[in-house]
Amino acid sequence: MLKNRITGSLTFSEISILFRRRRTWAMLATISLIPIALATAVDLSSSTIPPGEGPPFLDRVSQNGFFVSFTAMIVAIPLFLPLTMSVVAGDAIAGEASTGTLRYLLIAPVNRGRLLLVKFAGALAFAFAATFTLLISGLIIGAILFPVGSVTLLSGDVISLPAAVFRLLIVAIYVTISLLGLSAIGLFISTLTVIPVGAMAATVVISTIMQILDNLPQVAVIHPYLISHYWLGFADLLRNPMSLGSFGSNVIVQLCYIAIFGTLSYSRFSTKDILS
Amino acid sequence: MEELSHPDYAIFTSGLSKKFGSRNAVDGIDLRVPRGSIFGFLGPNGSGKTTTIRMLLGLANISEGQVSLLGHKVPEQIERVLPKIGALVEGPAAYPYLSGRDNLIRFDASDRSADPRSRAARVDAALARVGLTQAQGKKVNAYSLGMKQRLGIANALLQPRELLILDEPTNGLDPQGTREVRNLVRQLASEGITIFISSHLLAEIEQICTHLAIMSQGKIVAQGTVEELSATEIFSLSLVTPDSERAIATLKSLGIEATQDGKIISASIPSKQMRPEELSKLLVEAGVGIQAFTFNAPTLEERFVQLTGEGFQVA
Repeated sequence: MLKNRITGSLTFSEISILFRRRRTWAMLATISLIPIALATAVDLSSSTIPPGEGPPFLDRVSQNGFFVSFTAMIVAIPLFLPLTMSVVAGDAIAGEASTGTLRYLLIAPVNRGRLLLVKFAGALAFAFAATFTLLISGLIIGAILFPVGSVTLLSGDVISLPAAVFRLLIVAIYVTISLLGLSAIGLFISTLTVIPVGAMAATVVISTIMQILDNLPQVAVIHPYLISHYWLGFADLLRNPMSLGSFGSNVIVQLCYIAIFGTLSYSRFSTKDILS
Repeated sequence: MEELSHPDYAIFTSGLSKKFGSRNAVDGIDLRVPRGSIFGFLGPNGSGKTTTIRMLLGLANISEGQVSLLGHKVPEQIERVLPKIGALVEGPAAYPYLSGRDNLIRFDASDRSADPRSRAARVDAALARVGLTQAQGKKVNAYSLGMKQRLGIANALLQPRELLILDEPTNGLDPQGTREVRNLVRQLASEGITIFISSHLLAEIEQICTHLAIMSQGKIVAQGTVEELSATEIFSLSLVTPDSERAIATLKSLGIEATQDGKIISASIPSKQMRPEELSKLLVEAGVGIQAFTFNAPTLEERFVQLTGEGFQVA
């Protein structure tokens, strides 16, 4: 009975359709290549990397395979993860509208608010899948190419590998949460158009503009409100004791974006003429 | 038990209008679709048929006027009534990367009132009904337009329905497929389902409909049973006679203006004024020799063209 309710639900259908699309698998496959490329490059370069050059922690990768995943997160969060997130979120409503399936969902009937929630759940599932693909691929390639052992934290403390992997899980959750505000923005843009590529591109543009603004000291006053401001803040999770300050701030920023753009999406979508 | 509005009608609208900017795509229509009827909704492309259907189904907002579907007010109670309605709106639509079967499962999963336990059986039945059982496992992007159309109809039949709204259901079908759809519609109607079927081709639905509404430029220009719409007031007379002058004079004395083209005399005669048998008798008594005498009612097709205008210009 409960099984029927879960597997028979629209949310289940949404997620299963998302993961039956070749596009989704292509994006996840590409994401899994990021740590592989990174680790291979480090492995092949004979010279040791001086600290402070390249992405943070790159110098530690060859000493401990654990850092592959961590460095890959840092590499992927500014561009590649927002890009794939924009594809999924921008496609959410506009994709259904462009194939015409939106009208058949709505007359099935699906309540419009419920459809937005289902689409957001799909975006959440993808964000999870993307960050965990990065994490797992990084752990595997790190273990293959480099020695793996207890991990020296940024604070100098040494923790066991299982404890470090646990921290990495929290990092992955941090990164997943970082993508949620952007998916709310993407969902909103997706309700404005019937051209999914347009919605995807606009979402990428917004993520890029936010990051540019975040790098301009002249507008420092708005930095804490930018969606990307805490994207790289997960280094705090590798200190002892674990500092959860940026984790909390990130959650609040992302929740605000979800609230604002969720409301905008609903007010726009619930009264829209569906003419596609 | 709440009060139903217009429970005898599957669709009842009053003054239903849709404005796009300053243009009235639908302009104050009063649709009366009795329960149990096969209702043909005719009109040329661009006359507002699909916009009307979108408003009925809650896809587009109603600019003005009221709508009742199966006794339920729209849009207020739309989510209560939609599970009882199957619809094909502006052509079929499906996820190209899913199989036909998985598409139906997807759409059924979106209907909260649909029982997931009976889903597989209902999907099988709907596929069988439109002849897609063999092709159910193929991805929709490999389907022909006709197969997509069938899949759309199968989607409309996933649950027992009280009303089917079919917008141009024979689009893209070959003559064989068109006939199958017509048979399917007859069969569904015999099960007591009200069928509202829109088309720009009168010939396609004329044979199966019990009721018709004809739409032109956003307005309903005629509505009623097929008999009512076929019953026409004006007949056309065509008479072949060697005594043409006498014939014209006789007709004129009866108050009928006639025109002559060679040996053929033509006239329009209001049906109330004169029965054909009386007219022929009067002509013979006046000494008009009759070689041929025909009294024609215009076909429904001619009426349709009269009402909606001819030509390719769309509004």
